[in-house]
Amino acid sequence: MISTNNGNTVIKSKLISRRMFVLSVAKAVVFLGIFGRLVSLQINEATKYKTLSDKNRFREWKLAPQRGVIKDYFNNIIASNEKVYQVHITPENSPNIEELFFKLKRILNLTDKRIFYLKRKIVKQKPWEPIIVSDNLTWSEFSRLNLFLHELQGVEPIVSVARLYPEKSSAHIVGYVSEVNPKELREKKYLKEMSVPGLVVGKTGLEYKLDKDIIGEVGFQRYEVNAFGKRIRKIKVDSGKAGKNYRSTIDIEVQKSTTEVLKNKAASVCVMDIYNGDIVAMVSSPSYDPNVFVHGVDKDYWQELITNTKKPLSNKSISGLYPPGSTIKTIVALSALENDVWNHKKRIKCTGKIELFGEKFHCWKKKGHGWMDMRSAIKRSCDVYFYEVARVLGVDRLSKTAKKFGLGQKVLKGFIEERAGIVPSTSWKKKFIGKNWYIGETLHSGIGQGYFQSTPLQLCLMTAQIANGGFKINPKILTENKKDNGLRDYIKYKNENPNEPLPNDLIAANFDLKPLFRNQENINFVKEAMFSSTNEAGGTSYSSRISNKKFMFAGKTGSSQVKRFTDTQRTLEIKQKDIVYKDRDHALFIAFAPVNDPKYAISVVVEHGGSGSSAAAPIAKKVIKKVLERHEFRLNVNNEIGDEI
Amino acid sequence: MFQPRSIQTTLSFRDKLFSLDYVLICSVLFIGIASMFAMYSTDGGEFNYHTKSHIIRFVVFFSLFLMISFFQIRFWHQTSTLIFIFVFILLLAVKYFGLTSSGSQRWLNFYFMNLQPSELMKVALILFLSKYYHRISNSDVNKAKFLFLPIVALISPVLLVLTQPDLGTSILIAIGGITVTWLAGVRVKFFTYASIVFITLLPIAISFLKPYQKARILTFLNPDRDPLGAGYQIIQSKIAIGSGGLFGKGFLNGSQSYLDYLPEKHTDFIFTLFSEEFGFFGSLTVLLVYSLIIYRIVNIGNITRSTFGKLYCYSFATAFFVYVAVNMSMVLGLLPIVGAPLPIMSYGGSSMMSIMLGLGIAMSCKVYKDVPVN
Repeated sequence: MISTNNGNTVIKSKLISRRMFVLSVAKAVVFLGIFGRLVSLQINEATKYKTLSDKNRFREWKLAPQRGVIKDYFNNIIASNEKVYQVHITPENSPNIEELFFKLKRILNLTDKRIFYLKRKIVKQKPWEPIIVSDNLTWSEFSRLNLFLHELQGVEPIVSVARLYPEKSSAHIVGYVSEVNPKELREKKYLKEMSVPGLVVGKTGLEYKLDKDIIGEVGFQRYEVNAFGKRIRKIKVDSGKAGKNYRSTIDIEVQKSTTEVLKNKAASVCVMDIYNGDIVAMVSSPSYDPNVFVHGVDKDYWQELITNTKKPLSNKSISGLYPPGSTIKTIVALSALENDVWNHKKRIKCTGKIELFGEKFHCWKKKGHGWMDMRSAIKRSCDVYFYEVARVLGVDRLSKTAKKFGLGQKVLKGFIEERAGIVPSTSWKKKFIGKNWYIGETLHSGIGQGYFQSTPLQLCLMTAQIANGGFKINPKILTENKKDNGLRDYIKYKNENPNEPLPNDLIAANFDLKPLFRNQENINFVKEAMFSSTNEAGGTSYSSRISNKKFMFAGKTGSSQVKRFTDTQRTLEIKQKDIVYKDRDHALFIAFAPVNDPKYAISVVVEHGGSGSSAAAPIAKKVIKKVLERHEFRLNVNNEIGDEI
Repeated sequence: MFQPRSIQTTLSFRDKLFSLDYVLICSVLFIGIASMFAMYSTDGGEFNYHTKSHIIRFVVFFSLFLMISFFQIRFWHQTSTLIFIFVFILLLAVKYFGLTSSGSQRWLNFYFMNLQPSELMKVALILFLSKYYHRISNSDVNKAKFLFLPIVALISPVLLVLTQPDLGTSILIAIGGITVTWLAGVRVKFFTYASIVFITLLPIAISFLKPYQKARILTFLNPDRDPLGAGYQIIQSKIAIGSGGLFGKGFLNGSQSYLDYLPEKHTDFIFTLFSEEFGFFGSLTVLLVYSLIIYRIVNIGNITRSTFGKLYCYSFATAFFVYVAVNMSMVLGLLPIVGAPLPIMSYGGSSMMSIMLGLGIAMSCKVYKDVPVN
């Protein structure tokens, strides 16, 4: 009994051991497998998993780049940056976006409309792309938000920088920035790497022109985050690189005072240094507040801007097109003299109108000016005299001269809003209108009417190039490191040594001048005629003259017709102020100052202002005074700062 | 005729003390201490609830382990049926009075602790089947009438646990029971038949699975299927272990667990945390110590004379091995995620209790290795 039992036990334990052996082998294999897995994960692929772990741990938030600062000539800031408080949402990090908006609505007073807009935006974009709920919170809103932050998963309070324009008067020059749109992101190469919430790009003016260099580089903040996306600690902050700073040629003081002078008018004033083309002032009135565009323009304000008949958004100085009117007479005279088709002493009797092929051409003065020579025709702005000059000259020669002096082309580079204007010629008409030129149009062109279209800045450039003795200059709005053309030195040398010929080496070494004249006497004649127009009794702008030698200027008025004066109106002697606003003439005035030693050229255009002598010239008078008062200061600053940008 | 070398039914306390397996005890202690460090780390480097209660549990159940070692092997042999029935009743009680947490009803509330009877069942089933096969002669093992009871004893608790639902524990219980029947000499063909039946029934079984369980299996097959949902745990666990590298990120420096990327870090994923902080060498050490524990238990089986002792030790060693292997394979992404704690290291009283109980019984097999059970 015992033995069988024992025998049985022995067999049994042998069986058990045999089977246990099989199990043990299996165990060894499995543990080896686990060992192998550990080797593979922790040794072979450790780097990969370390990277993944860091990817888990760290999350980066891109920071919108900081734009460079724009200063005026005297280093006053005209476009800067301010600290702003923003709320961003990363939809991916929020467990319940509806609930989140409900909470935010209470904390930040969001409108339903805004929430609707944001929700639609969220649907359109990727869940990990943050959207800006509000980009300019007050401090109290921001601190309230931070207080509730623990229950607002997915919300990021962000302290960012936004554009600030301290000066409204230079709004048109500086332009404004606004949120980038998909089209810009697609088309502009430099924006490729910049996909960051709250990115703003320049839309107009200098902000547009300089956008590529002024926009700066995107920065980032790297945080360690937990599994719920909550920031645990800040690891690294790279605030990016602020964009390039720029110094403009603008004098903000002149801008301001000019804006004041132009108050309530739809007008433009351009002031230019006649030697180096520095634009000292370029005011377009009325102005607007560019700051409103930075954070998304308010609908009511926008409506007001676009419905205003004075067109505050348009930079009239470079995008406003006006017939140059009588101001073109300077060029017509010059062209006629340069082409040797006219002698300035030639006299014509003005009877108030002439007839050509049955069509009547009127002088602005109904009774006529009587006998005129070229000087007095400019002085008193006789239309009949210039009808005749133009007829003899022909539109093509006039067109050539006008273009040489800067009309009919963009004179400032890189401004999206700048327009070229029109200098008509026979070939131009053939090409763009498809009809032949007829002689009557030449007469209209001779007094700056008809097809002629020019911007105030072009008129200013034209005047400057007459005033500097007929040398080509390039208008600039930004200071450059480049050496200027030396025109100022040249003129100074010539004035100091009037009778000596210029030493050859001086010309070759220092000056890079492109004369626009054949005979400088003709330029001087036009300047002299402009002097008479302002400073001699009977001149059209005589009433706006300044007798002080320091400020004395020489100018030419112009009134350009918006709507043809009908014969009935002419017989009834309707005054400009009695016509509806939008049909009134544009008032123009061009001038240079001071007369003896010209330094600045100015152009004034008052939309629907009536006549140049009554509406535009008085403005020029005030601005010229201001500019000349600041002339010494400007020169000194230039010496102090040099051409540092 | 054949007389055993010595048949001593009574041993002096000194004898017992000397016959304890100190390598096993030290290994268990080592794992225990390692688990305390790991638990301290899951509490964010503070002496918080989990750490405190884990230490208390370890101390209590480790003492239990040592105490049980002195119990007569005969006691376990005699009471094993009773124990099994008792635990089975507890499992039934869970069905009616159990506490429900995160969708499954697993616990009984005993005021001082919440007991998970399914954990106890892991040991109780092995104990019961060991006793059953102890008295059955080799020739009877494969007879149908002797197969009936083990099958019922195996299937009924497994089904009960499965319906809690607790897939992981039910699998572990089943593996423990199957091991005993295998070791007892049930023919290979029965296992083959059983597997065939199981595999054919599998599609039907899968249709009974909860959606989350199905998702886990699919996720195991392709963790990138749903990286933020079901695949999240396994991906994050692999990242944590992999990023530990050779030497680990250092104690209390496991970023994955600190920043809450790691799920269930106290319980099923404790090895992940340990591995992240102590690296390849740390994990390897733990793996080796577990191997040592298993080896020592198998060794007790080798030197124990009684069939009951042998069956029990081999089966428990194998079950212990399976717990370790399943848990580690799971966190290493080699198996789908099933709730399977790592013995001793994972937080959980019932699991610790059941393991220590099992170890204690194995130890008493060592102490009474030459004593016949009946």
